[in-house]
Amino acid sequence: MVQDLIDELGRLPGIGPKSAQRIAFHVLTADPADVRRLAHLLVEVKEKVRFCVECGNVAQAERCRICLDTRRDPTVLCVVEEPKDIVAVERSREFRGRYHVLGGAISPIDGIGPDDLRVKELMVRLTDDVVTEIILATDPNLEGEATATYLARLVKPMGLRVTRLASGLPVGGDLEYADEITLGRAFEGRRVLDV
Amino acid sequence: MYLSRLELSDFRSYPSLAVELPPGVSLFLGLNGRGKTNLVEAVGYLATLASHRTGTDAPLVRAGCDSALVRAVVDHDGRPVQVEVLITPGKANRARVNRGPVSRPREILGLVRTVLFAPEDIALIRGDPGERRRFLDELLVLRSPRMAGVRADYDRVLRQRNALLKSAGALRRTGRGDLATLDVWDAHLARTGAELLGARLELVADLAPLVAQSYGRLAGPDATGPARVAYRSSVARDLDPDQSREHLTGVLAEELCRRRREEVERGVSLVGPHRDDLTATLGEQPARGYASHGESWSFALALRLGSYELLRSSIGPGGGPILLLDDVFAELDSSRREALARVVRQAEQVLVTAAVSADVPEQLAGARFEVGAGTVSRQP
Ligand SMILES: Nc1ncnc2c1ncn2[C@@H]1O[C@H](COP(=O)(O)OP(=O)(O)OP(=O)(O)O)[C@@H](O)[C@H]1O
Ligand SMILES: [Mg+2]
Ligand SMILES: [Zn+2]
Repeated sequence: MVQDLIDELGRLPGIGPKSAQRIAFHVLTADPADVRRLAHLLVEVKEKVRFCVECGNVAQAERCRICLDTRRDPTVLCVVEEPKDIVAVERSREFRGRYHVLGGAISPIDGIGPDDLRVKELMVRLTDDVVTEIILATDPNLEGEATATYLARLVKPMGLRVTRLASGLPVGGDLEYADEITLGRAFEGRRVLDV
Repeated sequence: MYLSRLELSDFRSYPSLAVELPPGVSLFLGLNGRGKTNLVEAVGYLATLASHRTGTDAPLVRAGCDSALVRAVVDHDGRPVQVEVLITPGKANRARVNRGPVSRPREILGLVRTVLFAPEDIALIRGDPGERRRFLDELLVLRSPRMAGVRADYDRVLRQRNALLKSAGALRRTGRGDLATLDVWDAHLARTGAELLGARLELVADLAPLVAQSYGRLAGPDATGPARVAYRSSVARDLDPDQSREHLTGVLAEELCRRRREEVERGVSLVGPHRDDLTATLGEQPARGYASHGESWSFALALRLGSYELLRSSIGPGGGPILLLDDVFAELDSSRREALARVVRQAEQVLVTAAVSADVPEQLAGARFEVGAGTVSRQP
């Protein structure tokens, strides 16, 4: 049974066999109340938290807080890789539009192509002509750039304004690690993508 | 620059070593297998974050240990800087400068600059094009540390693109969607490829005359020559180093377009600087397949000496690299040995190893160190 636990933990992202073993033995010696609370939380999160049908952000209902907020500008859409990127952008308070979460970036090495991302959903959202600008805020690394280029080419015929965050973000990094001020500046200085 | 101190812990055959080094010539003498090459390898590692004789880090760590430490004090015009790197196979290296950790080990590149010549370098003449590309790229990074990023980006684009091409069967089946992502990777390959290609072209333009000059000095006026090197691009002949990056991007993009079908069929990237070569000719003939053993050896050495001159002139006084010569004398005739001694005597610091002290010309006077099993001691 302990081995099953180690195997299960080892399947989590970022946890290798050694860490899995450490966590499993930590659980064995930990306070039963602590373990119960963790187990409960895992189940509850899985049951109660869902993904917004509109944008793919984490949500407690069918639609997320941001999609339900009528004060947000529906004409500007910010495209990010993960829900955690929304948290980072919100922190900068520079952006008042809505989001679209792709669920990752194009990466053939990992077998991820456009069909594995929420690209079709994005195209559907763009058909009703409400959105006039999309900001491509994928990570400032190779896969993020490639995804942005791909999307920019895809939506080009629709005649939207397509922008990319200004450079200045730490290259090769993750959007979520950029501080508020840098990210805010990157939004302000966003440039029209020419592809 | 020169190293004033070198410390090793569990690096190769050294459990623990600390040695003070003078500027100028230092000669390391010792029997086979005593650890002479291990010393120069350690210094080279600080400069390039890689070993010249193994692609993986595991062999660098003393048998039975978890990690190896290389630490040195490098003197930049009287200003000492302590640089160290902790090598733990399977994990990321950790580096520190003046005892303060740096966020990425790559940040120490440039603090210690070396040009290393080792017996393996015969492969620069006799080996595959990959050896010569690696030679060029390492030199690029030494000259301009920023190029390490360009190199890494290019490798990444290539890996992504190859992964996509490998799934070529699926690509044809699903049609447009995936081909559109190939277009995206093509654009990235052309752009980063052009940066790498342009930098290599500039490098070879600067390096070629210095290699010819170094070979001439080693071989003397009566030997077969001159020694010429030239960049051979797989996409176009006679690329001019002054061409703009935009132009090179265009050249690569065009070639990618032309060979797309072939690439999809074969499932690998056939276009780009990863298919290029550096050609070496001695007199009228290609060095590879024609040059004698001593000539090949001298040519490889001339590539290193030329690199040394290039770095010294591009960085300016006081910042010139440290020259590391591992087992270089044994393979040369006496006149080439003496010529080499005359050339290297002028270096700000040169570390020379030899198993037989009689192989080292007498003009190469300097500090002498005896290398024993795990110890290095200065001789009076
Ligand atoms: N990871 C390691 N752990 C322990 N010993 C090692 C390790 N790697 C290499 N060695 C030992 O180091 C020695 C080789 O040292 P090195 O290559 O520096 O010799 P050398 O003095 O240059 O000899 P030569 O004159 O033959 O070139 C060998 O005896 C080898 O067993
Ligand atoms: Mg040796
Ligand atoms: Zn939503």
